[in-house]
Amino acid sequence: MPKIKLSDSTINIIKGICAEFQNKESELINVLHKTQVKLGYLPAEVQEVIARELHSSVARVYGVVTFYSFFTMIPKGEFPISICMGTACYVRGAEQVLSEFKRQLKVEVGESTSDGKFSLNCLRCVGACGLAPVVTIGEKVYGRVAPTQVKEIIAEYRQGNIQNDVKTD
Amino acid sequence: MTDYRMHILICGGTGCKASDSNGIREKLNYFINEFNLEDEVQVVLTGCFGFCEKGPIVKVLPDNTFYTEVNPSDAEDIVKEHILKGRPVKRLLYKNPKNDYAVTSANNIDFYKKQIRIALRNCGFINPENIEEYIGRDGYAALGKCLTENTPEEVIKEIKDSGLRGRGGGGFPTGLKWEITRYVSADQKYVVCNADEGDPGAFMDRSILEGDPHSVIEAMAICGYCIGADTGLVYIRAEYPLAIERLKIALKQAEEYGLLGNDILGTGFNFKIELRYGAGAFVCGEETALIHSMEGLRGEPTVKPPFPSVSGYMGKPTNVNNVETFANIPVIINKGANWFNKIGTEKSKGTKVFALAGKINNVGLIEVPMGTTLREVIYDIGGGIKDGKEFKSVQTGGPSGGCLTKKFLDTPIDYDNLIAAGSMMGSGGMIVMDEDDCMVSIARFYLEFTLEESCGKCNPCRIGNKRLHEILCRITEGKGTLEDIDKLKVLSDVIKDTSLCGLGQSSPNPVLSTLANFEHEYLAHVNEGKCPAGQCKSLMKYEIIEDLCTGCTLCFRNCPVGAITGERRVAHFIDQSLCIKCGVCFDKCKFNAIKLN
Repeated sequence: MPKIKLSDSTINIIKGICAEFQNKESELINVLHKTQVKLGYLPAEVQEVIARELHSSVARVYGVVTFYSFFTMIPKGEFPISICMGTACYVRGAEQVLSEFKRQLKVEVGESTSDGKFSLNCLRCVGACGLAPVVTIGEKVYGRVAPTQVKEIIAEYRQGNIQNDVKTD
Repeated sequence: MTDYRMHILICGGTGCKASDSNGIREKLNYFINEFNLEDEVQVVLTGCFGFCEKGPIVKVLPDNTFYTEVNPSDAEDIVKEHILKGRPVKRLLYKNPKNDYAVTSANNIDFYKKQIRIALRNCGFINPENIEEYIGRDGYAALGKCLTENTPEEVIKEIKDSGLRGRGGGGFPTGLKWEITRYVSADQKYVVCNADEGDPGAFMDRSILEGDPHSVIEAMAICGYCIGADTGLVYIRAEYPLAIERLKIALKQAEEYGLLGNDILGTGFNFKIELRYGAGAFVCGEETALIHSMEGLRGEPTVKPPFPSVSGYMGKPTNVNNVETFANIPVIINKGANWFNKIGTEKSKGTKVFALAGKINNVGLIEVPMGTTLREVIYDIGGGIKDGKEFKSVQTGGPSGGCLTKKFLDTPIDYDNLIAAGSMMGSGGMIVMDEDDCMVSIARFYLEFTLEESCGKCNPCRIGNKRLHEILCRITEGKGTLEDIDKLKVLSDVIKDTSLCGLGQSSPNPVLSTLANFEHEYLAHVNEGKCPAGQCKSLMKYEIIEDLCTGCTLCFRNCPVGAITGERRVAHFIDQSLCIKCGVCFDKCKFNAIKLN
């Protein structure tokens, strides 16, 4: 992966977050959560700053980042697509929906499209099992998705009909 | 406080919110204002009603009218017809699938008839963002009673007498756990609520936190009083934004009302609760892993003993209970152990919440007394199998559980019976499968999950499950041998016996239980190269029956990969090298001209 040079303002954001948690090593997971919310992802360079601020090792930070599925080292697409692969969705055909998304977007799970518009991921149960199979794009939840609808859904975003995540609350 | 004539309750659970229940609330409020009914009718966004299949749900009180699959555009009719004129909106009423009659009152819906709601008592009834509604339903009375009338020993005895066992899956007696933690001496102890619900297809903990967060807060404070802790920690999945938000609101309100903080109710008892966020690791449901994760480490389990009751969070005695377990506590204190232990079976008392999902008509969240049979759950409450198909199996206990077949339909559900049947209670996920589900690929599906979630610390789980998964993949691809089936059994036993924590010790359960109950399916894959359920893609082939094909071009137009060729009114042809076996042509064909081999 090519090295990224973090801007001073980004470094200050990270330092600020660490300070908020008293630069305590035991607060590492909270720090990572907050940093990811702010920056979108946690590349190696960001982890280095966090390690320094929390007086911890880069290895330990990296170990935690890669352990938990919630943390990502790759930037997500503008519209992050997640296919629920919980059991309820699986028995109602989530696998077919997933392979259709892979085919339409020409990416594998965990990757983003080259234009940065979409990223594809699986998640384990959003708890809307009544709507299985479920797909979430940003904050929007699509229920009872059939493989045949996938093309339309993607097109809606491509054409810009849906501008950005509409927060429901 | 305004004395409202009517209340309109809207389900604000994650499922119904995804179907725009917020939009319904806005529209209802709009029309209520339009007709100047603000002082007479209150619109309340509640927690989950449980009947997710028919969501979004709207309920009107006091007449208990139950509307299903409501759209924001229906709000006008509800206000104009029902609220103003007293006529329920017929088209929105739940229809009994047996006779198609509309059911007006929620009490008469089969889905609710056999349920007893203890943990879910307030879900779908109160506004979870208003502490006064919780207090109005005896909320915090149990905490008050414990602090002012009982010694910690008396409270622990009550919990022990109730027979309550851990609802997170293990089934360890809750009172005993509290007692052990109480008698370890330390300068600092912790109460931890495990809200890291990771079982795919189980969402009861989330629903309780979304629908009735105060019940958990109250119980944690009671636990703190009993074991001698002044700090509680809720370890909650970051993937549950709504539950986190409601919990935060509830904590703030409890502090404002003096029900958390210093000198609670003037008794000198101090208790505060903090939140810790999970970051998506199934193994963190295991208590030692959970504690490591709270300490900012990788969520890897450690060998027990020492148990967390002796050395847990930051090396201090820590009592870990699950959300549903906590939600039962205030009721036990209020109504007494003798009331609680009359419900259920000999060794499993009370009720259990199950998340019913999969190929079942009424997907949703249910709470039934222990000892209810699977048949009652699936057919009476669940309304039977979708599309009139045949029941094949029900998977309980999530990735650590097993698949139960028809012969277990009349087994009363409790901790011990499920283990005897080769499965487990787990957190309460119940996934129903029908004739179209291939049990070998279900086993593979669960192994895939375990593989991803194994923390990698011990070899049997990290390497053993990988090998299990490879064998299962081979079998579903038609490349398995009889020897593979034997290997599955041997390897599963080794993994069970030698893994470090509960995750590895139970990970081969889906394989073993499907092998025990559906060995013929494994054999069909290996010996005949066939998937009896027609689900394993590598063993499938879609072909067009020339004599039946009318050349309508429907399949040609719908094929997503252009694998079908043919002219109008001439029989079509599927190019097997291009076909991705998605089955769209099979579903679309109106002449049954596509066969599946």
